[in-house]
Amino acid sequence: MTDLFSKFDPLIAERQALLDSGVRDPFSIVMEKVLSPTEAVISGKHTILLGTYNYMGMTFDADVIAAGQKALEQFGSGTTGSRVLNGTYQTHRECEDALKDFYGTRHAIVFSTGYQANLGMVSTLAGKGDYIILDADSHASIYDGCYLGNADIVRFKHNSVEDLDKRLGRLPAEAGKLVVLEGVYSMLGDIAPLKEMVTVAKKHGAMVLVDEAHGMGFFGEHGRGVFEEAGVADQVDFVVGTFSKSVGTVGGFCVSNHPKFEVLRLVCRPYVFTASLPPSVVATAAASIRKLMHAADKRAHLWKNSRRLHKGLRDLGFSLGTEEPQSAIIAIVLPDQAVTVRMWQALLELGLYVNMARPPATPAGMYLLRCSLCAEHSDEQVGEILQIFEQAGKAIGYLPSQAA
Amino acid sequence: MSDRTQVYDRIVELIQPLNKKGIALAETTTFANDLELDSLTVMDLVAAIEDEWDIVLPLNMLPELENIGQLADAVAKLAK
Repeated sequence: MTDLFSKFDPLIAERQALLDSGVRDPFSIVMEKVLSPTEAVISGKHTILLGTYNYMGMTFDADVIAAGQKALEQFGSGTTGSRVLNGTYQTHRECEDALKDFYGTRHAIVFSTGYQANLGMVSTLAGKGDYIILDADSHASIYDGCYLGNADIVRFKHNSVEDLDKRLGRLPAEAGKLVVLEGVYSMLGDIAPLKEMVTVAKKHGAMVLVDEAHGMGFFGEHGRGVFEEAGVADQVDFVVGTFSKSVGTVGGFCVSNHPKFEVLRLVCRPYVFTASLPPSVVATAAASIRKLMHAADKRAHLWKNSRRLHKGLRDLGFSLGTEEPQSAIIAIVLPDQAVTVRMWQALLELGLYVNMARPPATPAGMYLLRCSLCAEHSDEQVGEILQIFEQAGKAIGYLPSQAA
Repeated sequence: MSDRTQVYDRIVELIQPLNKKGIALAETTTFANDLELDSLTVMDLVAAIEDEWDIVLPLNMLPELENIGQLADAVAKLAK
């Protein structure tokens, strides 16, 4: 019998070699207690969290928790059904209403995860004979959406307006085209030049979908995302997002003004063939989304944290993924896996959790320590975070020990 | 239609920098098993080929193009 697992042997060996060198496994962290949006207990140690996507710190908001508890009591623990059959409760409708109000759109559709939102939208919108034009560094859910569908897939160089223009220009003028962009690219925390890209997409007669997973809550006047800040809201056909970042729970969505949008509820397989979200989850999402409409102070503090961490890390001598702080993600670029894991572990031992990212998730084979900030990180915590980085960097010999 | 031999020769030139193991390249050399190219490298190669011949080589065609000869056939057909 052929062992179907033998194809994973190289990865198993690489991982074992890493663990044999005495480091902890970066991909099997357990949080024993979660104390707040910014603190948890990991292996018995009080730890500052700098690797969540809890950008707006909504997970422990009293109103959000109360909404979830009420729905849990009134509607029970789960729907046990598809959105199109027995799985749409009043809570789901109210959640979609909150999204429509937040985005100012006529339609909103809630999926069970953000991954499924992209999987469903990309695979359903572009069919056989249509083209999907996507950024080379697109999230896995967008690529998987392409492979679930039957469209022809064309990839352009990351964030290159010129390359997008060139590749769109090669496609048949009459063919259906969907350009898929992201507001914030989550590995390096860089943002897309959406104004220029959307203009180019429209010049070639394409529809545009923008994933604002990492932009919702703190870009643009209403916190809708990078597309709002770029001033192209009236030209973007579909905005996809998630509840698992700024909203602080789990779930995915798409909002649009397309007059035929509602038909997706019948034809979009990742929407139809799965159970809907538990009522408590959509109730927390709705409460959180409505609060995010009035979160100007939190937004301002999140941006302040991002600018301070970016400058502080650069001053310490770290190489960063972006020249300027562009989002709530600050990525530290390290030379190889060994240094990255040692640094990651040194930080953890000093009480700081960040995300490690490695190929194939990263662009150009980079090894990254990705810091994601929260509006609830206090000024004192950001100061402590920078001290821990300095101490860890010196401890592993990456930063020169005589440096400031 | 572009000359198949010219297309093949140019593709071999484009692949040579990716040929880390320095194996002999032939019509039957496969991208995954022989050249051990990961999916990102293959997608970058596709972009270079699209620009070279000003064609569209959709990524969903890749599973059918396992070796250099098959890729040359596809490019020669598209580059009219």
